[in-house]
Amino acid sequence: MITSSVLVLLGIGFTSAVILAVASKLLYVYEDPRIAQVEGVLAGANCGGCGFAGCSGAAQGVVSGKAGANVCVIGGESVAAKVAAIMGLEFASMEKQIAFVDCTGGLRAEDLYHYRGVSDCRAQSLLYDGSKMCPEGCLGFGTCVKSCQFGAISMGPERVPVVDPALCTACGACAQVCPRGVISIQGMTARITHLNETTDCLAPCRQRCPGQINIPRYIEQVKCGDYAGALETIRERIPMPLSIGRVCPHPCETACRRGHVDEPVGINLIKRFAADWEMNRGAHAPIPCAPDTGRKVAVVGGGPAGISCAYFLRRLGHAPTIFESMPKLGGQLRYGIPEYRLPKAILDWEIEGILNLGIGVRHGQYFGRDFTLKTLEEEGFEAVFLGIGAWMNLTLRIEGEDADGVATGTEFLTKVGLGMDTGIGKKIVVIGGGNTAIDTARTGVRLGSDVTLMYRRTRDEMPANIEEIEGAEEEGVKFLFLAAPSRIVKDGNGHVTHVEYIKMQLGEPDASGRRSPAPIEGSETLIEADSVYTAIGQKPELSCLYDDSGQCTLEETRWRTLGAHPDTLQTALPHVFTGGDMHTGPALVIIALGEGRKAARSIHQYLTEGGPHYPSNLQRQLIPYTMFTDVPDVGHRAKAKPPHLIDCDERKCTFGEIEGALSLDDVRNETARCLRCGLTCYDRDIPDGSTCVAAECIKKR
Amino acid sequence: MDYFVLVIAAIFVNNIVLAQYLGNCPFIGTSKSSGVAIGMGLAVVFVATMAAAITWCVQKFLLAPYDLAYLQTIAFILVIAALVQFVEMFLKKAVPPLYKSLGIFLPLITTNCAVLGIAIICQRKEYGLVETVVFSLASGAGFLLALVVLAGIRERLDLARVPISLKGTPLALIMAGLMSLTFFAFKGMAS
Repeated sequence: MITSSVLVLLGIGFTSAVILAVASKLLYVYEDPRIAQVEGVLAGANCGGCGFAGCSGAAQGVVSGKAGANVCVIGGESVAAKVAAIMGLEFASMEKQIAFVDCTGGLRAEDLYHYRGVSDCRAQSLLYDGSKMCPEGCLGFGTCVKSCQFGAISMGPERVPVVDPALCTACGACAQVCPRGVISIQGMTARITHLNETTDCLAPCRQRCPGQINIPRYIEQVKCGDYAGALETIRERIPMPLSIGRVCPHPCETACRRGHVDEPVGINLIKRFAADWEMNRGAHAPIPCAPDTGRKVAVVGGGPAGISCAYFLRRLGHAPTIFESMPKLGGQLRYGIPEYRLPKAILDWEIEGILNLGIGVRHGQYFGRDFTLKTLEEEGFEAVFLGIGAWMNLTLRIEGEDADGVATGTEFLTKVGLGMDTGIGKKIVVIGGGNTAIDTARTGVRLGSDVTLMYRRTRDEMPANIEEIEGAEEEGVKFLFLAAPSRIVKDGNGHVTHVEYIKMQLGEPDASGRRSPAPIEGSETLIEADSVYTAIGQKPELSCLYDDSGQCTLEETRWRTLGAHPDTLQTALPHVFTGGDMHTGPALVIIALGEGRKAARSIHQYLTEGGPHYPSNLQRQLIPYTMFTDVPDVGHRAKAKPPHLIDCDERKCTFGEIEGALSLDDVRNETARCLRCGLTCYDRDIPDGSTCVAAECIKKR
Repeated sequence: MDYFVLVIAAIFVNNIVLAQYLGNCPFIGTSKSSGVAIGMGLAVVFVATMAAAITWCVQKFLLAPYDLAYLQTIAFILVIAALVQFVEMFLKKAVPPLYKSLGIFLPLITTNCAVLGIAIICQRKEYGLVETVVFSLASGAGFLLALVVLAGIRERLDLARVPISLKGTPLALIMAGLMSLTFFAFKGMAS
């Protein structure tokens, strides 16, 4: 009986073995041997935390390129390093992902809902569609804390979840359970390519900033002394904090809620402080880039938009090359903005840091002359960014405009920027009321001339920044308001001697809300002038887009700018993108930088996903319910004034920088003035120098 | 009509988990989310049917003729284990999509007692081949039903406030007990 049982079982076993052996031969499916190797080094817990079906699924994911070496959420760095060794990946270049909490509400968000018996965010959300006043904010029941297998999330002192970056494995469990989308798993690529959405926790300043910088976050970081972190936050939105910290007219500050109590927070001064901190240390902070993809992109134009686009493309792992017609990069930042507002040495230092990331530059290359879209394609550039700016000046269209000594403000500023002889006279007249006009006038003062600025409306209607106007007044620029040039008077040699102007009066406000000026007949007057500079507007020079037969494959708008999709910046040609002044017409530097990032995002999606796309809930204008008209329970707190480096009299003969940076004490005061706004919540009065704030800072770091 | 009664009896009256208490391990282990539960349930349906049919043949042509019925259990385990391996290889080659959705669950039920139980019950009740196939298909479906229902309940329980001592498996066992009691209502409808 024993013998027969043994024999039968042996027989069955042997038969099965033979069948399986034959089957494994016949039914063999080629599998990358690396899959088995990778599976061998994974933790083998089959926990599913990585989002794949067990460890073998994860191994397949790694080999097929769907997951990185750091796929295993419990194995840590040693496992990741082993996987990377098998795959031949560079482990160091893997992108660190982490859970990110985008809500500052917590306890201070009003109407925390209490429902007896249910203490789970998801149940709250299902039953009552959430409960807080803020439709996006954290509900504070800590379902994410329960969901975390690794104990990386805890409820902070303000009842918003706090993520411990050391323990977080970016498994995504918390993001899945959160019904409000407060937590998301973000790597650098995701952060850089994110555009503001109406469901984000956007403080008013964040909504207003054309660069979409996470302002409350970097102010918080500066407050905690984490200047490197603050710069990293800024650099995920704009590449040039040093320059922007000096020249930005900070539209964000107009939206600041503190502005309803006293003066808005000096957001730009705080940014400048952080940027100056880096420069004063003398070393560029390392900027992380995604692993190289080797995809070549041509960036035409090395102004703010082009630099921004190239910078973000590089950070996303691509290989951009900037084509620049001028001898140096910077565009209007270098050739339009005078030295006393943005010293060239600072600009050079900043651009050097950006180019060090591995961005190629070709100088002296004119689009349409030295290269075209076709030659770029032949050279292997897969996408093109056009950002050649708006350099063509509008003309006065009056008699005598061709006289010697009449030039445009931008030409003048460019010559000064290049260090060329400008041939400026003793008495100059600048025509226009924008920033270029003021820059021209103030530069003229510094070159020792007597400057009169002629504008056809009044000071209140001037589009220039108010600080600039005040600066010009202090420096002795004479203003001639309500005056429009009607004729340029020349002498026998064709050189300008006088400008004839006609006096104006303001009429009713027009469609744009500005009161339009009307001439007063017979009021023509002469004013003496050796040089006349016009600064009445610019537009992009689009003739380079047309080929020899006058054909243009791209679309021109009726404002003579390059037409493109407003959200993706893709032009009529799918592989050509645009941004900056070329797309918007003359505008702020921060807008150009923001468009550069937008275009880089679209190009990245075009290269990796086949085409740019954008979510349906993009934030395009200010969100009405977040725009408060008063902020109760906030007391006055005086704003710090930036020190003036040079006295007014001295300013007339030097191009040295006028405004200094804030001192450390002033920055502490300024960051403490920030109300740490969310969509609808903000800090009510904090006692001065409270210790709990400092303790919190340490915790958050 | 007989087959109809057989099916109803296998799914509801003599449910493999809730009335016969077989396969409790995957019942508790894979009922945390309904997606996993459906995958696991389908894998059991698939494997149980194949296993019952093959073991029926083994019993009929090998064990019974040579009076080796006492080797039934161990022989069945061997055959089922080999069969599952074979099915896994076959699916991988021939039906990759099905392999993708069932693949990870197949090794888990190599030695599952529900699968073995179904095969043995078929022998005890002396079913013919067609009855065996229908019965094992229905029993597998009963397992799938119980698993999906429990997973649905547990997903809802995640939202409720549960005393710490009962969290997870303890509460799942209580729910399984209550489900079992509920299924006793079918007792006597068919046998």
